[in-house]
Amino acid sequence: MAQSGQSSRLLSTEAVNGLKMISPTAIYATLMLAVPLGLIFLYSFLTDGYLTIEYTPTFANYVETWTSPVFEKVLMRSLGVSMAVTAVTVLTAFPMAYYVSFYVEPSKKSIWLFLITIPFWTSYLIRVFLWLVILGYNGVVNSSLMGLGIIDEPITAILYNANSVVITLAHAYAPFAILPIFVALEKIDRSLLEAGRDLGESPFMTFVRVTLPLALPGVISAIMIVFIPVIGDYVTPSLLGGPEGKMVANLVQLQYLKLDNYPMGSATAVSSMAMVAVALIVGYAQAKLFKRVYGALMLSTSAGLAFLSALGAVLISFGACLVAGLVLGGAFFAYVLSVLVGHVVLFVWLQRRETKA
Amino acid sequence: MKGGGFKIYAVVYLIFLYAPIVLLPIFAFNNAAIIAFPLSGFTTKWFAALWGEPALWDAAKNSLIVSVSAAILSTTLGVFAARASTRYNFPGKTGILGMIMLPLVLPEIILAVALLVLLLGIGIPLSLFTVTLGHVLVCTPFSIAILSAAFQSLDKSLEEASYDLGENAVMTFGLVILPLVMPGIISSLLITFTISLDEFIMAFFLAGTESTLPVYIFSQFRFPQAVPVIMALGTILVVLSVTLLSFAEYFRRRGIARTGGKDTGGFL
Repeated sequence: MAQSGQSSRLLSTEAVNGLKMISPTAIYATLMLAVPLGLIFLYSFLTDGYLTIEYTPTFANYVETWTSPVFEKVLMRSLGVSMAVTAVTVLTAFPMAYYVSFYVEPSKKSIWLFLITIPFWTSYLIRVFLWLVILGYNGVVNSSLMGLGIIDEPITAILYNANSVVITLAHAYAPFAILPIFVALEKIDRSLLEAGRDLGESPFMTFVRVTLPLALPGVISAIMIVFIPVIGDYVTPSLLGGPEGKMVANLVQLQYLKLDNYPMGSATAVSSMAMVAVALIVGYAQAKLFKRVYGALMLSTSAGLAFLSALGAVLISFGACLVAGLVLGGAFFAYVLSVLVGHVVLFVWLQRRETKA
Repeated sequence: MKGGGFKIYAVVYLIFLYAPIVLLPIFAFNNAAIIAFPLSGFTTKWFAALWGEPALWDAAKNSLIVSVSAAILSTTLGVFAARASTRYNFPGKTGILGMIMLPLVLPEIILAVALLVLLLGIGIPLSLFTVTLGHVLVCTPFSIAILSAAFQSLDKSLEEASYDLGENAVMTFGLVILPLVMPGIISSLLITFTISLDEFIMAFFLAGTESTLPVYIFSQFRFPQAVPVIMALGTILVVLSVTLLSFAEYFRRRGIARTGGKDTGGFL
């Protein structure tokens, strides 16, 4: 009793003050974020009647969504675009973040970061539109390449398809990738790098074995903070995607605003977010597998061979999931389900081995 | 030179980042109805044409109302959350903050349709008010990120000194803490204003028959003859945003310097 009296008294000071202080913001986020998100989840199980919503719970929307060839095509394209954008932004952002963190004088760092973030805050719509001008038939790229005599005819492969969407989104999300990597690099104790050098590693190997692992948390947040919003981007595929570059957000918008079918729109939105979760689980489990195999082989064989074996393990495990999907009937949903289940099993297995070791 | 290769890379990267923004004024002052090269002479007629667009002025007025309201509301909510997260420990802190910061990573279209379903479900008609509600949701995490830096570096002993001298909690907040974090608050107001001014998806879904500047701009892209005027409008908006952000950066740094913190750079 005395114990609980003491803890409730403790609770009545700091914890209560903290909760009180955060309550306006927390209540706002609950009402405007958590409740609406719960609501679209509920809506996805309802049926759209004419001008009304029928309140009989059903899986019909999900069955329709996951058997629709349009949804499959658009979702897979969104995933592909998002993965490409994430890869491009993170790979190009890393040297930039590295430069600002390691080579720029401390007093000038914030001006560099300011310069990097400015384009991100200004006129998103107009920036996207200007890529039309850059990539278009008479655009900057084509006129300069033709002016230099490198090409004879304008390139059309860079507009109104997934390529133009990838280029534009990679540009739009660049600062989002640079900042988390920069923050992680800033936290690295510089004396560790000196220690690596003193122990006889080359600058490159010091980078691979010290800097890179320590920067990994930043890289992971960069991946998350680019991958998730990009998959739901609406403006870029609408303006630059053409008919062959539309993404899930365009489908969601169509179902909500044009077809006025909220339950179907909700099912599409929830399904897309579920797919994002699946993609993140797959990515996480595969990264873990890669690390395990590479780590186990690196000491006994050459680094190159260990790398190839780890890559092989990743490809084999992913391929096995696809084969399982084929056995389960080869439908889109069967593939997604077996990939998900396969990677959850893989993750749990790796986790258990790790705790044993 | 130290980091020479990296420096070249960084400069090329910055050129890539700024390429579209540099093109904007070029076409805004180009004397041709089509947005393409080669250029055909200097004109200010697209800027003059802005005056004759009543729909644009309506949209600008609407945007101003929404952005000012969203900036004030989200910064107010940001002050509470940033103060709570930097000063207190309480149960469920990570979870609550995680939920509040969630709009930073969730695709905006998901937030927009979710709010749309809720608002129409409880019978609130779409208007500038509903757009503001959405913008506050999007802006608050940015406000918290900026304000946390300002509150983080606050010296707790100043607050204790105020209590020892007999002030109560409210007066301490008003007389000691608020003046110290004021630059951070101004920075947050300016940045959330800029974000709200530029935000399209929420306004597109939640504005009903009203229109904000980005919604107006998006609708004009369908008409090729309207595009040069949009380039002129865009130039003005970029100049405005960059000015506001420069002030925000100035206040952000001053705020951190005033509370004695170390500048780690950047808004996030």
